[in-house]
Amino acid sequence: MKTRVALLTGSLGSGKTTLLSRLLAHPEMGETAVIVNELGEVAIDHHLLRRVDERTVVLGNGCVCCTLRGGLADELRDLLSRRDRGEIPAFGRVVVETTGLADPAPILYTLLSDPVVRHHFELERVITTVDAQHGLRGEESLKQAAVADRLVVTKSDLASPAAVAAELRRVNPGADLLEAVLGDLSPDELFGGAERDPRDLVFDDAHAHEGDVRALCLTLDQPVDWTAFGIWLTMLLQARGTDVLRVKGLLDVGADGPLLINGVQHVVHPPEHLPSWPDDDRRSRIVFIGRGFSREELERSLAAFNRSAVRP
Amino acid sequence: MCVLCGVLLNDHWAEQEGGRRGRVFRGRLLNRVLAVYGLRLDDWSGRVWVLRDRKGRAAVVDNLGAVWVEAERLAGRPLDPLDPELVAALS
Repeated sequence: MKTRVALLTGSLGSGKTTLLSRLLAHPEMGETAVIVNELGEVAIDHHLLRRVDERTVVLGNGCVCCTLRGGLADELRDLLSRRDRGEIPAFGRVVVETTGLADPAPILYTLLSDPVVRHHFELERVITTVDAQHGLRGEESLKQAAVADRLVVTKSDLASPAAVAAELRRVNPGADLLEAVLGDLSPDELFGGAERDPRDLVFDDAHAHEGDVRALCLTLDQPVDWTAFGIWLTMLLQARGTDVLRVKGLLDVGADGPLLINGVQHVVHPPEHLPSWPDDDRRSRIVFIGRGFSREELERSLAAFNRSAVRP
Repeated sequence: MCVLCGVLLNDHWAEQEGGRRGRVFRGRLLNRVLAVYGLRLDDWSGRVWVLRDRKGRAAVVDNLGAVWVEAERLAGRPLDPLDPELVAALS
């Protein structure tokens, strides 16, 4: 069984370390290894975490994403070998806390691409903290929110979370939205629960401006040709990759169950065949988070690629 | 990092299924798109692709992600699947 890896990300000062420190104090967290990145807030993070958990590993090479990837892979492999040798407790989960400046895509890429890492570890969940006082701050902050499975609005005792919550729902309606004061959330709130069905999501971009990041959902009545879809999405990500922050969905490719696709910018997880559909509605549903394109444009384009696959 | 992501993965996510027949079909569909830009893709030994333009320039690519990188370079312009002209040509 692969070891779960949770990614904890969020802007500088948005409460990542507070959340993690409180979380690690819960007995239900079990044995958890923590990897933090050392830059900026770093030293403080490190010392805080050291008091909580002796198994903290600090990456020593700063926050440049490409460098971090190598460091992260090394640390994960090292944790693995030390666990196998019995030098450290048999942890069942790794939490990777990124710097506030981190682009999450290269970190996910590391989990998918390093041969040893991908064989032994799997991404469990991406948790992003957003400060109610300052909201989303800049491009990296948007990317961190778009990739999240759980969005945690912090410091809601200092500022009303309503405005930030509305923005987050527009950017990523598929993520569960939680509030935390001083990091007070249980492991079950962060790691429990099932993924949300795209059909239950509300896509509200009424207040979005031109160029804003927003989420939209394609619903396709006809089965999708997988080859045509792969060609279409790779071409889209090459052309618009910096504007497509997230792609996630269930595809009807004519099999018994759907094909699960999940991508972050240019990094796409290997598609996974699910054994069955959740119910009788077998229409493909794909959520896109990004900017600079409309649902109609995506639908027209994908339909044209799909039609080209059935042409003789 | 972006361009390399697909390349460095052992198996490109969009090319893991279908085997030999799938690869032939993929090549046919790719050529329907690439033809709009004056490009042509040929399979070379079932392992890599050779992408050519009408001026005789060529590039060897080993996966789907790399096809678009080289196609953009040879075409000298971005290849956008949302481009209405491409959509019309495929329809």
